[in-house]
Amino acid sequence: MKQEKYDAAVIGGGSAGMAAAVSLARRGKTVVVFEREEVLGGILLQCIHNGFGLHHFKEELTGPEYAERCETELKTLPIKIYLNTTVMQVEAEDENKLLYGYSGKHGLIRAEVRAVVLAMGCRERNRGNIGTPGTRPAGVYTAGLAQRLVNVEGYIPGEKVVIVGSGDIGLIMARRMSWVGAKVMGVVEIQPYPAGLTRNIVQCLNDFSIPLYLSHIVSEIHGKDRVEAVTITPLEDGVPDLKQSFRVECDTVLLSVGLVPDNEVAKKIGVELNPETGGALVDSRLMTGVSGVFACGNALHVHDLVDYVTEESSRCGEYAADYLDGSTGGAQYPSGAGRNVKYVVPNRYDPAAENHFYLRSLVVKNRAELQVLLDGRVVKTKKLKHVQPSEMIGFSLKPGELEIPVQGEGRLEIAITAGEDE
Amino acid sequence: MSEKAREMICISCPLGCHMTVTPLGGEDVKVEGNRCPRGVVYGREEVLSPKRVVTATAALSGGVVGRVPVKTDGALLKELIPSLLEELYAMKIEAPVEQGLYLIENYRDTGVSLVTTRTIPAACKP
Repeated sequence: MKQEKYDAAVIGGGSAGMAAAVSLARRGKTVVVFEREEVLGGILLQCIHNGFGLHHFKEELTGPEYAERCETELKTLPIKIYLNTTVMQVEAEDENKLLYGYSGKHGLIRAEVRAVVLAMGCRERNRGNIGTPGTRPAGVYTAGLAQRLVNVEGYIPGEKVVIVGSGDIGLIMARRMSWVGAKVMGVVEIQPYPAGLTRNIVQCLNDFSIPLYLSHIVSEIHGKDRVEAVTITPLEDGVPDLKQSFRVECDTVLLSVGLVPDNEVAKKIGVELNPETGGALVDSRLMTGVSGVFACGNALHVHDLVDYVTEESSRCGEYAADYLDGSTGGAQYPSGAGRNVKYVVPNRYDPAAENHFYLRSLVVKNRAELQVLLDGRVVKTKKLKHVQPSEMIGFSLKPGELEIPVQGEGRLEIAITAGEDE
Repeated sequence: MSEKAREMICISCPLGCHMTVTPLGGEDVKVEGNRCPRGVVYGREEVLSPKRVVTATAALSGGVVGRVPVKTDGALLKELIPSLLEELYAMKIEAPVEQGLYLIENYRDTGVSLVTTRTIPAACKP
């Protein structure tokens, strides 16, 4: 067994892990990155479409280009990288934490560190998560798996495709499958509004005249060995109206029904998770309930833009470096979701420092208002032109914008109010 | 004679501005609701001659993976996309390949080229 010692370990070599490692190394910390795939870059490498990097790099890049920029920057710094290496166990009870990485190439590696950054990204929800009835033939894939097959491995999973869920990966795959010669029969969305970004509805469905069935479900998958058809059923007041069901012939079903942070390692360490995000509960410095263990990127909460992942993860690396320097900021007070807000990250704030929040709306509204409430009192508002659940909202509270709470609990709530329904 | 205003969502970037684009006859177009100058460019084009950036992959042999991702370095006229894809799918690229390699230059005099978007090393010989 290799036994090594670093200031910090980063689990995951995607956009989040690379950004956190760069921040740490720039602060002069010794860093090791564990990546289970053969290359750095993570899921960006299969996202061959463009639209990445406009905020962070100020130009429009494809996923692989974005990943390569991050990797190029990372490689200018003395950062130890273990590829093909999966972290199976972390012992984090003490100030010194032990990580065990397993690798076919390097064998067993034990790294002793003082800070750990969780940057493992997320996973796709699958057929079992949504409980679609029917037979169990071949030809049912998660959209991200199909994306990897088409874009990286070079296999086309089918010729006539029905997509379940209008998440971004599903929409992007609708266009991708059309461009490789498959016929996309339709996209079926249970909600009355699309789950993905509007631009993807425009660019990936409308451009190809692919029908979008809102308030519909796939109520049955048919086929013995291979998918032969699906039954699509509309919802009336949230209840399937079986009489209106129709059958669509297809050989492939792609599921784009949401992502959940990948937190197997976090759970093992005893990190407390937020039931709304599936990621860790963190303070304003992105530190989990376990001292010295930080979380960022899609392992913390699912982002819609990689630019935000990079921004958050760079800060996470800074906070981890601060922790290593023994500086942990001021007192922390609770923050959370108020009316019409699904979740707020982080879950604590430091009134003496700058606080960056990310949140998601529960509602679709135009001309809404974001309200910051301190113990129930509105202390700040911000106008929002348009809100919808699929578009993450980011905002900052500068130091001095809040008085340091001396009375009451000091609980900060972020709510979305006013606005017009779309 | 001006046409009816069109509601559209700018797809130049992930912000996706909701815009109203009104053709004023000829090359004249009024764009509202955009948050940056790219919205004007997009709104005008979407009405006069719609274009799209194409991203796809080409077959790669001898690399650590079987496909190399590619993109057009600018937006291509929508009507030319099928023929571009046909040419792309007929290609066979040899690894190693660098990001930014031109596979097709100035496609049909549109000024748009097809370039690789990932550096892929050659696979180690067994």
